[in-house]
Amino acid sequence: MTVARFWRKIPQRYNLIGTMCQTCKRHFFPPRTFCPDCRREGRIVDHKFIGKGTVVTFTIIQTAPDQFASHGPYVLAIIKLDEGPQMTSQVVCDPSEAKIGMRVKSIFRRIATDGESGIIHYGTKFAPE
Amino acid sequence: MRDVAVIGVGCTTFGEKWHSSFRDLFVEAGALALEDAQLSGEKIDAMYVGNMSAGRFIEQEHIGALIADYAGMATRHIPSTRVEAACASGGLAFRQAVIAVASGMEDIVVAAGVEKMTDVEPGATTDALAGAADREWEGFVGATFPGLYAMIARDYMHKYSMTREQLAQVAVKNHYNGARNPIAQYQQEITIETVLKSTMVADPLRLFDCSPITDGAAAVILAPFERAREFTDTPIRVLATAQASDSIALHDRRDISTLDATVAAGKRAFKMAKLTHKEINMVEVHDCFSIAEICAIEDLGFCKKGTAGKFTADGETAIGGKIPVNTSGGLKACGHPVGATGIKQVCEIVQQLRGEAGKRQIDGAKTGMTHNVGGTGATVAVHILGRI
Ligand SMILES: [Zn+2]
Repeated sequence: MTVARFWRKIPQRYNLIGTMCQTCKRHFFPPRTFCPDCRREGRIVDHKFIGKGTVVTFTIIQTAPDQFASHGPYVLAIIKLDEGPQMTSQVVCDPSEAKIGMRVKSIFRRIATDGESGIIHYGTKFAPE
Repeated sequence: MRDVAVIGVGCTTFGEKWHSSFRDLFVEAGALALEDAQLSGEKIDAMYVGNMSAGRFIEQEHIGALIADYAGMATRHIPSTRVEAACASGGLAFRQAVIAVASGMEDIVVAAGVEKMTDVEPGATTDALAGAADREWEGFVGATFPGLYAMIARDYMHKYSMTREQLAQVAVKNHYNGARNPIAQYQQEITIETVLKSTMVADPLRLFDCSPITDGAAAVILAPFERAREFTDTPIRVLATAQASDSIALHDRRDISTLDATVAAGKRAFKMAKLTHKEINMVEVHDCFSIAEICAIEDLGFCKKGTAGKFTADGETAIGGKIPVNTSGGLKACGHPVGATGIKQVCEIVQQLRGEAGKRQIDGAKTGMTHNVGGTGATVAVHILGRI
C-alpha cells in the first residue's frame, strides 16, 4: 500500500474514527459517506468508536501473506462493535484462547511491513477485554 | 427476448501449464469450441471474455482486443469485451453474451474465460486474489481468502451441527469426480484422512479444503435458438440467466454463513426458467473452499440450511445421488483458473446434457445449473441450461 493511500485513512485506522448517519443514527465502521438506508436524506458525520466489541467468528491464519509472515500464526476475527457495525481485525491473544462471543477492546499496533525496506503500517487490533 | 442456445463448447486441460502462455490458452479453448460447433471464425459477431487479473498475473490489460486479435479477428474488427467480477468473471461473461444474443443485437457470440496464474510467484498470486475482497478493510488487516472462508466455516459450524469429517467429504467427492474428468487438474481420488491430515491453512480449513492455483481457458458459442440446428443436432437451451450482488466485505453481511447473493440469484433463475428444484438434474457450484459448496447447495435451496454436511456425507450430492454436485470435480479437483471457471461450469453442463460426459455421465440428464461466485459472495451468477 502506497504512503498516500495509507495516510489518507490514518484517523480511521489509528483511532477508529468511523461515521454515523444523523438521520437514522446508524453507525458505520469501516466508514461510509453514503447511508444505504436514508440515501440522499442521510446526514453523515464523523464518529469516534469506543473500541469495544464481541467476536462474531474468527480463524487462525497459519499460511500468512508475505507482509504478515513475521507475525507467525495470528487470530483474525470479525468483531461486532458495541455501536452496531462489524469489522475485520486481528485479535492479539494466544490462538487457543480465541472463541466466538469473546469480549475484546481495541489497541494500537503494528499491522504489516511492506517488504524489507518498506513502510511499516500501524492500525487497530483488538485484545481480550 | 429471443431464446438462446449453446452450440459449441471447448475447454483446455486445467493445471500448472508451464508450456502455455495466456494467448496459447484462449486460442486453444476458442478453437475447440469452434470445432465443436463446426463453425468458421468469420461467422462470429462478438466476444465476451471473463478474466480476473491479467494485469497482476501477466502484466497485460486490454484483454478484449488482445483475445480478438490472437483469435484471428483483428481485421474483422468485431466488438470484444473483457468482463471482470473476480472469480465470477466467467459467469458474467456468459451472461453478457446471452443478453447480447437474446436482445437480437448479435447472432453468433463467443463467451470465454481465461486465467494464467502460474507466471508469478505464489505470494503474488495470493495477493492478486485478495483483491476480490475489500483491500482497505479486510486485506489490510491480514485477511487472506482462505481466512475469510475459514471465518464462514467457523460461523457455520458454531450454528449448525456439521462435523469436520462431513466437510471433508466435499473434497473427497469432488476428487472422485475429478478422477473421471480428463481435463481435471487432479485426477486422483482422496480419502477423508487425506483432507484431515493436510496442512492447516486457516483454521478450520486445511490445504485439501482449498481449490488450487490453475492455468486454463474455456469458451462456448451462443446462437439464437431458432438458428441453432444450422450448427448442431444437440443445441442446449439457456433457460435462465441471473446475477446478484452483495457487500464487498464479509463483515457487512446479514449472516456470515449465508450468501444472500446466491439466494437472490438462485430465486431469480428458478423463476425465469419456471422450474422447481426437483426438475434440476445436476449443479456445478462454486466450491473455491469446501465450506463454499456446503453454503451453495443450501443457499440455492437444494437442502435446508444447516443440513448440507449430512446431505453430502449421505452421498446425495454424488453422481447417482438426489442432486449431483460438481460432476466436473468442481474448483477443488478440476482446478480454478479464476476467470475461466464460470465458462468451464457451462461446458460441463452442456457435455452432460449431450450425454458426452463419459465416466461421470448423469443418466438421462435434461437440465443443469451453474453457480459462480466472486469474492466471498459479493457477486453471484446462476444459469440454468436444458436439453428441452
Ligand atoms: Zn441513515
